[in-house]
Order: sequence, then C-alpha cells, then structure tokens
Amino acid sequence: MRYLPQTQKARTEMLESVGVSNVDELFVQVPKKAFIKGKADLPDHQGELEIERQMLSYANQNINAQSNRFFLGAGVYYHHVPSSVDHIIQRSEFLTAYTPYQPEIAQGTLQYLFEFQSFIALITGQEVANASLYDGATSMAEAGLMAMRITKRNKVCFGNDIHPQYTEVMETYLRNNEGTSSYSISEDPSKIEDGTACVFIQSPDFYGKPHGYDEWRKTCDEKGALLVVVINEIVSLGMLPPPEQADIVCGEAQSIGVAMSYGGPHLGFFACREKFIRQMPGRVCGETVDADGKRGYVLTLSTREQHIRREKATSNICTNQGLCALAFTVHMSLLGEDGFKQLAALNHEKACDLTDKLTSIKGITLKNENFFNEIAVQLPKGKNAGDIVQQLADEQGIIAGYPADDNTILITATEITTENGIDTLTIALKEILK
Amino acid sequence: MNSFALNDNDTTDTMDINDDTRGLNYDENLLFEKERTDTPGVDLPTLKGTSSRTGQPTRKNIGLHQVSEPQVVRHFVRLSTKNYSIDSGFFPLGSCTMKHNPRINEKVARLPGFAHIHPMQPESTVQGALAVMHDLQNWLAELTNLPGVCLTPAAGAHGELAGVMTIRRAHESQGNAHKNIMLVPDSAHGTNPATAAMCGYKIRVIPTKETGRVTVEAFKEALYADGDDGHDIAGMMVTNPNTCGLFETDIAEIVDLLHDAGGYFYCDGANFNALVGKIRPGDFGVDVMHINLHKTFSTPHGGGGPGSGPICVADNLKPYIPSPIVLKEGKQYRLERDGERETSCGRLKGYQGQFGMHVRALTYMMSHGADGLKRVSEDAVLNANYILSQLKDDYHVPFAGPCMHECLFTEKYQKENGVTTLDIAKGLIEYGMHPMTVYFPLVVNGAMLIEPTETESKDALDRFTKVMKKLAADARNGETEKFHDYPVSAPTRRLDEVKAAREPKLRWKNS
Repeated sequence: MRYLPQTQKARTEMLESVGVSNVDELFVQVPKKAFIKGKADLPDHQGELEIERQMLSYANQNINAQSNRFFLGAGVYYHHVPSSVDHIIQRSEFLTAYTPYQPEIAQGTLQYLFEFQSFIALITGQEVANASLYDGATSMAEAGLMAMRITKRNKVCFGNDIHPQYTEVMETYLRNNEGTSSYSISEDPSKIEDGTACVFIQSPDFYGKPHGYDEWRKTCDEKGALLVVVINEIVSLGMLPPPEQADIVCGEAQSIGVAMSYGGPHLGFFACREKFIRQMPGRVCGETVDADGKRGYVLTLSTREQHIRREKATSNICTNQGLCALAFTVHMSLLGEDGFKQLAALNHEKACDLTDKLTSIKGITLKNENFFNEIAVQLPKGKNAGDIVQQLADEQGIIAGYPADDNTILITATEITTENGIDTLTIALKEILK
Repeated sequence: MNSFALNDNDTTDTMDINDDTRGLNYDENLLFEKERTDTPGVDLPTLKGTSSRTGQPTRKNIGLHQVSEPQVVRHFVRLSTKNYSIDSGFFPLGSCTMKHNPRINEKVARLPGFAHIHPMQPESTVQGALAVMHDLQNWLAELTNLPGVCLTPAAGAHGELAGVMTIRRAHESQGNAHKNIMLVPDSAHGTNPATAAMCGYKIRVIPTKETGRVTVEAFKEALYADGDDGHDIAGMMVTNPNTCGLFETDIAEIVDLLHDAGGYFYCDGANFNALVGKIRPGDFGVDVMHINLHKTFSTPHGGGGPGSGPICVADNLKPYIPSPIVLKEGKQYRLERDGERETSCGRLKGYQGQFGMHVRALTYMMSHGADGLKRVSEDAVLNANYILSQLKDDYHVPFAGPCMHECLFTEKYQKENGVTTLDIAKGLIEYGMHPMTVYFPLVVNGAMLIEPTETESKDALDRFTKVMKKLAADARNGETEKFHDYPVSAPTRRLDEVKAAREPKLRWKNS
C-alpha cells in the first residue's frame, strides 16, 4: 500500500467533513449487484522485491537483441541509444507531465515538440510536421483518411511493397468507412485508377529496396492523386534523398531513440505540405508570444480537433507519443548533421558486409541488388524461410530475420551489428542449408 | 525581450546579457540557435568508405544543426524546469487521473528481456513477453468482469475506435448492418462522437444539462426518436461515472432498454479509477469498455503519451474484437495468427500494442493487488468528496453530490465579479498548482472539474482548498484586475493562442 498516503485518522476526519459514516455511503448510487463481494479474485499487494523477481523471470524467458545474434528488422530496428537520451526522458518533469493544456507551466514539453516537428520537417524535406502519432501503421492510415478528405475521393492505392501490417491497418480503417476501398499495383504506375485519393510508396520498401519519387510524382499529378511516402526506417533519410516530391510523408521514427519493446510504444510521425495543415490529424505545436511579448509555444490549430469539433473532427486522436518524441528529439540533437549522416552510412556499410558474407553461401541470392540496411535473401528451392528462422532461433538463439514469404528472409544490419555476429549467422545459415 | 548592460570595473567593455535568465528561471532558446560545434554529440565508428549500393544518389546537405553532448543535456534539463509534473505537485486535472507514477514500473520495463525484443521474433523466443500480456488480459478481465480483452489499442481514443469497430462488426455479422446511430450524451468526451463518426455512425445527442445525468426519459426520447423501437440504434457511448463526476443512477434501466433495442453499451473507461477493485462494469450492463492504462494503472502520461487503451468486452462481443490477442495453449503462449478469427474487426495497429505500457501496468497492478486496488477507488472517491465538502460554499455546485472520484464546480459566483474559470485556473498556477480541467464538460458554463486521485494526502488537499478559498475571496472582494494578470510567477505569462492559430509557425527555419 506504499502508494497510498492517507492515514486512518485522516480518512475518519474526512468522512466526518463529508458527513457520512463510512466510505460505502459515497457509492450508494451504484447498483448493488455491481459490487465485488469482499475483494477481486486476484493476488494481494506485493513489495518491489517480489515483483522484480517475478518480472525478471518473465524477462529472462525472452531472447533479447543484446545477444549479438540479432538480425531482424521488417519495420522495427535495433539501434544504439545514447545514455543521455534515457536520462532525460526519465526526468520527472517530462515523464510525469500531462498533455500541455496549460502552456504557462508546460513550456518544456511544448518547446521540445516544436523542435521535434522541426527535425521531422527537415529530415523528410517537408514543410510542416505534427507532434507525433501512435506508430507507423496508424500514421499511414491517418494519411489515407486525410488524402480522402482533401481530394474528396474514396479509394487509396498501394503503389509498391508496403509493410503488410500497415496495409492491414489501413484496410481496417477503410472497412468502417462506407464506400471506401484500396487496391495494389505492384510498382506499375500505369495501373493507377481514376478517382484515386492517394498513392502510397514505401521507401525502402518492405523488402528493403530504396525508391525514387519523380515518376510517381508525375503520374500522381496526371491522375490528381496525392503522393504519400511511407518511411519505416527513418535512419535511411541520412543517406537517401528526402521525399520532397511527396504531399504527405508518414511512418515510423522508432529507430531514433526508442527501444523495440516488443512492438510499442513506438513513434509515428506525420509531415506534409503547409497548405494541408488544417486537414492534418493529431496534435500540433506552434510558436507565439506571451503577455510580455516573450517567445513561447502552445498547442494550436485545435479547431481541427475532437474536443472542439466533436463528430466533425479531422481525427479522434487525443494522446500522442510525447515521451517517444522527446527521446527522438534528444537523440537527433546529439547526432546533428554529421552524426545522422554517419549513422546512416554505417548502417549501409554493415549491410554491405552482411550481403557479401551471405551471398558467398551457395544457393543464396538477393531479391534486390539495391538496399539500405535490410536485404531480402532468397533461399535455394525447397528450403522454407519460416522453418529456417525457427530452427536458428530454437537451436542457436539466432534471431535471423523475418520470413517474408516461403522463400525469402529479410535480414537487417545496423550500427550495432558486429563482424563476429555476421560470421555467426553466415556459418549457421551455411550449415543449415547444406 | 529584456536586455541590459553590465559594466565590468576592470575594463570598459560592455557585455550584453540578452536573455531573461534570473536565479533558477532559465531563458532557453531553441536547440537550432546554439553555437554550432565542429563535431556532433555522438562518436561513431569510422567509416570504411564502402561505395553505396542504394541505387539512389547520396543525400548531401540535410540542414540539421550540430552541438555537443553537454550542450544537449543542458538544453533539455533547462527545458524540463519549465514543466509542471505530478512528481512536483498536486495535479487535479479532471478525467485525467494524474496519480503517482511508481518508478519500479520504469525499471521493469527497461529490463533487456522486455525492452530489446522484437515484435516479430519467433514466439518460442518471447514466451515471457506473451506471459506478461496474458496475465494483463486476465487482470483486466477480472477487474471489469468483461472476459474478452484485446491489448492492441495505443491510447484511450484508439481503444474507443477498437470498441466501436467491434460493435459495428457485431451488427454486420448479425445481419443488423442497418443500425447506424450512436447515442452520445452531451457531457461525453469529444473523442466519443469523433470516434463514432470515424466508424461511419450518425450521432444522436442525449441532453443531460438539467440533471448532469442521463435520465430514463431523455434516453427513451433519444432511443425512440424515429417513432420506432430503436430499430436503427447501434449503441450508446456513456462514460460512467460520467464527466460531471456522477454515477449514472438510472444505468440499469437504461441498459435494459438499450439491449431490448439491440444496441450495445460502450462505456468510456476514462473514469475507471472510481471503480477499480470495488465495482465491476460488466456487472452494470457494460458490453465494451476501454481502459486507459496511463490513467487508472499509473503508466506515466509522458507529457501527452505514450498511452495504452486496451478494450474489455462481454462474452457475446468476444468474436469481434481486433486481433491479435494472446492465447494460451497448454503451457505455451502464442499470438493469434493473421486471419485466424474471421469475425474480428481486424488489425488496428502495427504489432501487439504498447507492450512497454503493458509491462508497467501489470507491475502496478501487482504492487497494489486486489486489496490495494479496492483502497485506490475508495480513497480516490473520498478525496474528491472531501474537496467537494470544503469548497461547496465558495463555488457553485451544479449537481448535488455525493460525487465519485472527481467533483464539478462552475464559475457562476465568481463571474458576477468578472472572474472566469480561466482566471481561476491561472490563479492556481500563480500559487504553484496545476489547474483542474476547465470548460469541460460542456453541459455547464465555465466548468471546473477536479480529480485529486488517491495518491494525495489530506495535507495536500487542504493546501489546495485553501488556495481555492483565497481565490474565491479575492473574486468576492472585486480584485478582478489581479486575476487577469495571472500568472506572473510562471516561466511564461499568458500566451497568445489566437496569434498561434492565425499565423501558424510550426517549425524552426534557417533564416
């Protein structure tokens, strides 16, 4: 009961002030049948020691990426996070603050959100960005809904190989919107249908291949569709050209500052052209001045939002990923121009090393010659990607990658990957494919 | 910006101190305005110079700034001092449940076996993570008596989306696709109608202005507005306890009528802290409910996220909840496969939800246990009623108590002297406290919604009520001007929100 400061004496005094004799009298309006008799059928309270013991035993049942035998990516990436990032996000003033509704006492949060938006805009080559969304998948779904609002059209097009969970989430959102639909065109711009609200292009795509945008921009213009670029490895933008041609750039920024954490919390980001800001989903922070004329920041453009517009809002979003946005902002501040580019180049170099080693194995080929930090390795005929990934995990504790289809494993290298680790994987894979 | 010159005795130089830093009040410019360093704030291994295989030109100039680690750390630490937080003081923000955030939650979530695992690892390598999720599903099912639990929603509003999609999917599967109206009281959170609209529902509003509650009469009027038996009603979204801090006394009768019409009861779980461990929503007719782990179960608010909004549903809605959920077969845990449950309303988020928040919430639940959680709701309700009893003569109480875990006042008395709810909020800031929720719910003019939570002692509540009484007295004495200047001691004065919206400046630009 260490989180409960009220004393029995205080409770008695307070009950007296309220004018009741026991606390149950305060619950008289609740139907009798809804009360738990006694207490819930769950264990009683425990101290830190017991809980740490239990949770550590759960944690130790998992194989974590610190093993140096980890090569999985597919939209979530294992990167190094500088120590000061975690120190700063655990400061009480950031960790235990609320959404900055009272800007006079929330300038810390508001200013880092403004800096976060600036970083996202700079990195993506877009004019503006919002203060974050839940994750990459929901950020893409929001982009699709926004494109439909702007164009007043009701179908979206998956232009290339997009993360399958992202397209699933988009489809879940569409299923609840009468008359809307989606379709795929496997990288063939000539298949874009009339009446398309937007074309999604992921780069690098789900199989790791980077894409250019000029041709897509041209075809989108001919069809009157918006071009939405989806990024789920944001480190790639330290090396690849920014998607300046896009109308909206959305995706996942977990790679900078945020742990993989079995899938969340991660960091959805959302950037677009300035002319669309009033259609943007989610929270936005803007610069203004206070009563003394001093620079300050507030949440703004709230007339788009649910608490004002209710059923006419651009989205129902309320909470964003504030603390993850802070982690990103601190990490990006540390990286700076040279560090961000160097980090990207390092990732690419490691992936080149990985590629050279793996393609030396007989029977292994690459699906794409071009990649950033993730490659799609094709296995010899008759070998099943899922089985091999499972076998490597169970027998050697190697998390080799993601079986994208029967024949293909997506394998990732980041700055954390070591030569030794790459050798371990190469030897194990060679052995298993014999 | 103030600027003044400081004369040094030894020289004739004049040094401009062109910021407002005084004492511990730091003036802090943007990171992008710091002096640029030659090297970044990280040291990375040297590149070997491998030539690019991206097939794309290599990006040259991004336009980012560059500073050292000490500059970065100082920048963010100085920014942090401009924030108010639950760790630094009383935070009675209504409907937000700003309770103490235990640090063991943070410690456990950072165990490498939780923090550094990947959502698509083979399930045999993450049995411990799946066990955590399965335990959490069980705790939530037991506490709500709603046995179907899906942990994937990323926040409260996302949980609402999950819940309403579940309802929609159920109606479609049961041949009731014509049901296209969602009943929502005017006191509801804005997310409720926004969510229902995102799922293609028409909103029909139930007025509650008179009593602060949904009455059977008002409900019937809304339910039967088309002159039929509620044929087109898909469900209702009601927060209970509601946003006026009151329990919906007629809920049992209302739910019976709704169920007779074939509608489902969506309960917004924002206020679950009033019930946890003591009362189970499944036992007062709720069909689906989201739980804000970042409210009731103490995972930190983090300045606006990350949150986590699992949904809990009654047996009859179980087939329709989003996927994946965690299953246990023998001693093995696994995630539902894609498409395994055809009736599911689908995937709502990448991967399995905000797992890091699941770990924190379970840690918190285990810390309190069944006995502690019951105490949580009792103390939360007692604390709110105590504030109500202390302030009822100074501030207008629109609806008579007892209240649940939060109490509602309005600006009615103070307005007579030109002092508004906003002025009172800014007055609280001046006295070193975070204001209550203001101007919400919308059913009263100038609402002040106060939620103290159970983690405040009587002393903390007494200091708050003293400040509130002082502000009421100042208003009574006509010291109106003073209010309009508040706050004067905070890191900034009142900010010009109109300018921010009219001339949006949303990012730094290199000028």
